[in-house]
Amino acid sequence: MSTISRDEVARVAVLARIDLRPEELDRLAGELDVIVDAIAQVSEVATPDVPATSHPLPLTNVFRDDVPVPPLPVEDVLAAAPASEDGRFSVPQILGEE
Amino acid sequence: MSAHATVDLVDYDEAVRRYDPVIGIEVHVELGTKTKMFCAAEVEFGGEPNTQVTPVSLGLPGALPVVNGKAVEYAIKIGLALNCQIAESCRFARKNYFYPDVPKNFQTSQYDEPIAFDGYLDVELEDGTIFRVDIERAHMEEDAGKNTHVGGSTGRIHGAEYSLVDYNRAGIPLVEIVTRPITGAGERAPEVARAYVQTLRDIFRALDVSEARMERGNVRADVNLSLRATPESPLGTRTETKNVNSFRSIERAVRYEVSRQAAVLDEGGTVIQETRHWHEDTSITTAGRVKSDAEDYRYFPEPDLVPVAPSRDWVEQIRATLPELPVARRNRLQGEWGYADAEMRDVVNAGALDLIEATVAAGASPAAARKWWMGELARYAKTSETELAEIAVTPTQIAQLQALVDSGRINDKLARQVLEGVLAGEGDPEAVVVARGLEVVSDDGALLTAIDAALAAQPDIVEKVRSGNMGPIGAIIGAVMKATKGQADAGRVRELVIERIG
Amino acid sequence: MSNDLTRLSAADLAAHLVSGEVSSVEATQAHLDRIGDVDPAVHAFLHVSTEDALATARDIDSRRAAGEDLHPLAGVPIAVKDVVVTKGLPTTAGSKILDGWIPPYDATLVERIRAAGLPILGKTNMDEFAMGSSTEHSAYGNTHNPWDLDRIPGGSGGGSAAAVAAYEAPLAIGTDTGGSIRQPGAVTGTVGVKPTYGGVSRYGLIAMASSLDQAGPVTRTVLDSALLHELIGGHDPRDSTSINEDLPLLVDAARQGAIGDLRGLRVGVVSELSGEGYQEGVSARFAESLDLLRSLGAEIIEVSCPHFKYALGAYYLIMPSEASSNLAKFDGMRFGLRVEPEDGPITAERVMSATRGQGFGDEVKRRIILGTYALSAGYYDAYYGSAQKVRTLIQRDFDAAFAQADVLVSPTAPTTAFKFGEKLDDPLAMYLNDVATIPANLAGVPGMSLPNGLSDDGLPVGFQILAPAKADDRLYRVGAALEAALENTWGGPLLAKAPELEVAR
Repeated sequence: MSTISRDEVARVAVLARIDLRPEELDRLAGELDVIVDAIAQVSEVATPDVPATSHPLPLTNVFRDDVPVPPLPVEDVLAAAPASEDGRFSVPQILGEE
Repeated sequence: MSAHATVDLVDYDEAVRRYDPVIGIEVHVELGTKTKMFCAAEVEFGGEPNTQVTPVSLGLPGALPVVNGKAVEYAIKIGLALNCQIAESCRFARKNYFYPDVPKNFQTSQYDEPIAFDGYLDVELEDGTIFRVDIERAHMEEDAGKNTHVGGSTGRIHGAEYSLVDYNRAGIPLVEIVTRPITGAGERAPEVARAYVQTLRDIFRALDVSEARMERGNVRADVNLSLRATPESPLGTRTETKNVNSFRSIERAVRYEVSRQAAVLDEGGTVIQETRHWHEDTSITTAGRVKSDAEDYRYFPEPDLVPVAPSRDWVEQIRATLPELPVARRNRLQGEWGYADAEMRDVVNAGALDLIEATVAAGASPAAARKWWMGELARYAKTSETELAEIAVTPTQIAQLQALVDSGRINDKLARQVLEGVLAGEGDPEAVVVARGLEVVSDDGALLTAIDAALAAQPDIVEKVRSGNMGPIGAIIGAVMKATKGQADAGRVRELVIERIG
Repeated sequence: MSNDLTRLSAADLAAHLVSGEVSSVEATQAHLDRIGDVDPAVHAFLHVSTEDALATARDIDSRRAAGEDLHPLAGVPIAVKDVVVTKGLPTTAGSKILDGWIPPYDATLVERIRAAGLPILGKTNMDEFAMGSSTEHSAYGNTHNPWDLDRIPGGSGGGSAAAVAAYEAPLAIGTDTGGSIRQPGAVTGTVGVKPTYGGVSRYGLIAMASSLDQAGPVTRTVLDSALLHELIGGHDPRDSTSINEDLPLLVDAARQGAIGDLRGLRVGVVSELSGEGYQEGVSARFAESLDLLRSLGAEIIEVSCPHFKYALGAYYLIMPSEASSNLAKFDGMRFGLRVEPEDGPITAERVMSATRGQGFGDEVKRRIILGTYALSAGYYDAYYGSAQKVRTLIQRDFDAAFAQADVLVSPTAPTTAFKFGEKLDDPLAMYLNDVATIPANLAGVPGMSLPNGLSDDGLPVGFQILAPAKADDRLYRVGAALEAALENTWGGPLLAKAPELEVAR
């Protein structure tokens, strides 16, 4: 029995930009319960009085001086591009904005 | 897709009579650091495509960000200039969305912990009124790359066959400044919006944190607008108009949205919460494409970066370097000079603030400086159709002129003649006085000669004065003044005349 | 002769190179030959960089001949996990989506390896993007455990562990997000160390979970790990999470430990990481190792870490959340695979989705979907936020435990290597495999796995040592002491008991 529906998986797959085949949707709908289990487990102890830890070591203020380094050579930049033109990356048409 | 639905707009004046506009403005400013926000790629305007990138700004696998300390300093400067609190500790967050000009497919930004918050900016409107805009937050983030759309007929995104991407701009440090809803502007909402962004631009330059050139996109504004029936009504649904990148456009975009939304509401419709685009050419806004996942950015703290915790010492050091900002300076000077509000407003509107300040600095009293610049010189500028600051006299020369008056070497009438000479390019006031021989005649011998001549010419008046009737003495004095071409000190002449008549 | 060279530890090989008995070209060629002989069966390597390795070896030989002052490991060949970016050498992270990608830059640790003159033999196989515990999730086929070619070599760094176990390389680089260095070490009879978080630069590691990932050494001996750790570790200004302090003296600690005196050392046995669910042979070897430590003078005490049982839950929220975002850049726009949708308009959005749909394997898709879900609107606080609170609780457990004990110990993995496919259908069983290793990643503390015997099935078992953050030297002291004592009882290294691999010729 799955708590996360197939539709939910489909919605998330769009957010994650991953085309999923129907059988993948079915399988993932079942497997994603691991996350429901995980949250059930941690919520036993993750009470409001416990502070969150985002980094194992509490570092702060790690800054770099504002001094330039040589850039990547443009031929290296574009070497792995699936398509390029005029020194720029060529990508399929972009719909929408933002 | 080039056709835009035509909307019957409500006349602006009519719209603001019936609705109360509320604006909100998000301004992005590109910081003028030498390198990017999270990597040491050099930032220079106008480089060849993709020549200012490192593995970090290209989002290559394995690359990691490191914060540019100078960008943090600039962000704090901006926050302080906007009267904000500076966070004791804040973090970067990832704003996740897929778009080809965002190389990592997330933008490193700040979310619930901005570096600066709870500030305000006093904005001066054209008539000198000060309008306070509350600032919600200012946060650090990185710019995206640039798409060039190729192959479509219109050159706009839609209909293009493909795009070319240049990542030189990707990763340039930005500070985004977000206002709280700006209420109470009423019909002046467009002017307030424009003046706010203009004031920000001036501040960025005064702080030297950005070149702040609108035409290069260094400063970009998104304008939110909603209408409500009355100032007491709850806030209406807002639209966000993007791509408003000149001061004039900001004003016009607000006017347009007021008229458009009023038309929608008048017809009993509802305003749709959406992103709209400003079109410079046609001066209208059009609706953007609605994306299903546009709002779900899945923010979470950037695990590749550690918190930024500016020490209070550092913040105070930065505060000490802040230049005085325009409105603060204005308030300070008004206090020092003792001008009335209306006087001060007139001075500011006339563009005379800097001139008067310099004149006072050169030794003139504030009252005298104002008298010259707002009187004789303002009239001269008006008749000669030039700006006050452009006319051919310096604040130092005005101070010198006033000093001559104060010392009694010239009187007011002569001073106007001296000024004429200065404006005519005859040199400093002292030189004009000498060259034109305009000094007050203080040699009693010369005066007595003129007086004796006048007394001899008018014996009847001498008689009257002698018999105690002082009334006609003016005729004698007038004759002496005439004879000395106005250069005599009238008081001294009177004394000598009485003495002479005995 | 060439076979002998591959059996040497890195430290011994380095000594031969320094004395001039052996050249780096000979040593490198010997390992390349060994790869040619056994890798068709083991498949530890995704790419063998013969020319690059030999060029480095020749360079080192000539510099040594010229009397140059060289790094102690100069000329000793090394294998690098394919999740580490190497300039000019293919880097795929075990994924189709990066097939053929040649990075234009080196990871910091690779820069250090190159600067020290270690010939890079090639790139080792791994679970795709380091997601897995068996290397079965590689897009390029399984790596086989040299102890039994029908069994998994562990994961995600199965390739590095198998390469070292099969004498294809004396040294290898691994990465460890939830146990990917230590668990393969355990099931292949090799040594693996996950340093303190921030101890080795992450710059150039293709990230899975940024707040958990650490690179570290994979070797056959504790001393070799210390040598490699000192080479790759230390501050890197390009990694904001890098510790800006000198490393503790690791090689010294290993040499001192090998003397075998552990008097005054308090060893804490984590009660939550033993007992039920552990294979009998695993528990037996663990108990024997504790006896050995005791015989060396250590005091064995029991400590409790009550929140460790929540570690898996926290891990399976944090890891996929961070991974879903870290892996967003693989979209077919700038590098790597680009797939166009079979029908419909060709838009950037659709090409991204098609590329990711085809380029990622099942496990990667699963974790990205999971992480995207956990971060999507409204869930952040309850999911990622709660998991970070558990990190705090686990750190507190460690703090309390390290107040009582200098190091903590446990079996590295609950079982020996399983057969291919045995657990693939049961994701939770795969996760349990990580139960002992994950707390160290969540808290950032260092951990080592070293071989401590064979289980009843004749397969190697691993012993895990954990130390407080920045006290990685303790791992080496205790590890070297135990290793020496164990080898004393075995009469040689454990790997000597592994069956000889058939040479494919």
